[in-house]
Amino acid sequence: MTTAPILTATGLKKEFRGFKAVNGVDLSIREGSIHALIGPNGAGKTTVFNLLTQFLKPTAGRVVYRGRDITALPPADVARLGLVRSFQISAVFPKLTALANVRVALQRKASLTTQFWRSSRVLSGLDDRARSLLADVGLESHAGSEAADLSYGRKRALEIATTLALEPDLLLLDEPMAGMAHEDIGRVSELIRTVAVGRTVLMVEHNLSVVADLCDRVTVLARGEVLAEGSYDAVSRDPRVREAYMGSEDA
Amino acid sequence: MDARPTDLMPAAAVPARRSDFNRALYTGLAVLGLACIVAAPFAIYPVFLMKILCFALFAAAFNLLIGYVGLLSFGHAAFFGGGAYASAHALKVWGWPPELGILFGAAVGALLGLVMGFFAIRRQGIYFAMITLALAQMVFFVCLQAPFTGGEDGIQNVPRGFLLGGLIDLSVNLNLYYVVLAITAFGLFAVWRVVHSPFGAVLQAIRENEPRAISLGYRVDRYKLGAFVMSAGLAGLAGGTKALVFQLATLTDVAWQMSGEVILMTLLGGIGTLPGPVVGAALVAALEHYFATSSFPVTIITGLVFMACVLLFRRGIVGEVLHRLRRR
Repeated sequence: MTTAPILTATGLKKEFRGFKAVNGVDLSIREGSIHALIGPNGAGKTTVFNLLTQFLKPTAGRVVYRGRDITALPPADVARLGLVRSFQISAVFPKLTALANVRVALQRKASLTTQFWRSSRVLSGLDDRARSLLADVGLESHAGSEAADLSYGRKRALEIATTLALEPDLLLLDEPMAGMAHEDIGRVSELIRTVAVGRTVLMVEHNLSVVADLCDRVTVLARGEVLAEGSYDAVSRDPRVREAYMGSEDA
Repeated sequence: MDARPTDLMPAAAVPARRSDFNRALYTGLAVLGLACIVAAPFAIYPVFLMKILCFALFAAAFNLLIGYVGLLSFGHAAFFGGGAYASAHALKVWGWPPELGILFGAAVGALLGLVMGFFAIRRQGIYFAMITLALAQMVFFVCLQAPFTGGEDGIQNVPRGFLLGGLIDLSVNLNLYYVVLAITAFGLFAVWRVVHSPFGAVLQAIRENEPRAISLGYRVDRYKLGAFVMSAGLAGLAGGTKALVFQLATLTDVAWQMSGEVILMTLLGGIGTLPGPVVGAALVAALEHYFATSSFPVTIITGLVFMACVLLFRRGIVGEVLHRLRRR
């Protein structure tokens, strides 16, 4: 576990009209790990996510991905480097079929994006790959369903299949279990464990048993600052963490 | 679609027969429609038909943007009028042949689209509409003041000329009708092609969920700008064709009312449907044509029709028909 960090953030700050949502966060994500970002509501977890992927520009600080400063890059270019994120509210293309959802991601890899003079039938060449990605997340029988009609857990699975289509090196999952039924949580946990092989995962998660089960490393945020970092066991024994969580959750 | 192995299902025989019937019905309707379009100038005044065709193309170009990218432009008159002025100038002052003159109009429309789109494309919703309106008003004032546009008079007596180096005399209305029909058909096909292309698939993804498209690595502004330029180019093509038909390019073509009119036509017909803009353009042009001679102001009629449309069938005429058919 002495590999170089795949992503580091130093002194990340974000102010919204004087309110310090994120106040000097340092993060270092080891290659190949599953890293969790936890903390009480309003701790700034999602803001940190947005800063890492450049969906928000930091007020101060920098983000380095594989030795390259990505702080000034537009978010689409960050994704092109292999750092792909999901969103808290499920990020599917609702009126497209599950198959077409995955195809949108495959299309970019295949450079089938700007040809406006060709028939969209050329996209059916991507169908086999899309089907196998859907099979990986257990959605092969739903390939023809509209994404909007899928259950919540399946939407999340579809989102992961779409993300995997880009073959990202670093996956950022924003609350992948939010609002999920119990049986779905187990399935998606397993899925994350499978896809994390050979990849790095950074996830924001509220469900602490999931975090304890899945993650190698945990960073605790509170009031926009890093409160503690380490293994789940070490962090959960930390009195400051217990205090931050008191009343809201039983850490 | 047809290659689906429907015969795997035991009860597929009946639906198959019905789909055969449907196909025969649609083919019959298409042939009948085509015959009507070809024969129309013998029954109806050709210049009026050509006006409908020009506006159908204009509305289809506008629909490419609002229906398939989700951007409401309130400045499309700049491209239509810009194309009309450019074509009129090329035909009358430079003496270009009609095919080149019309292409020049499309090119000027696309170029204006590139410039205006560059400033407007990053804005969303009402801000996008406001910026396109403001930029289009600037184009209007340039057309009002610049010497080559003829100010209040516009460019009049534009020669229609001869197509294909003198082969086809376009001063004959019937000849011109078929040329305009071909141009419009090409424009509608272009819109259809773009919508059902890999590029169109990306546009749809952006319209469905823009942040997700960005997170998948799409530089969405470039795709939107591309669609904007295509829409502007086709609007310029419509304007150039209109200048040839009426032998005239005036301030009416670049005024903001023209931008409003194309929105009205597209909404009436049904945004996001391919035949919708054509139906909307025909309806608005017909209303204007038949009420032009009456003492009753036509704007009130179109306003009432528009209100009825918004209240009764929000999807527009074609949109509503397609919705009902799909539900059955």
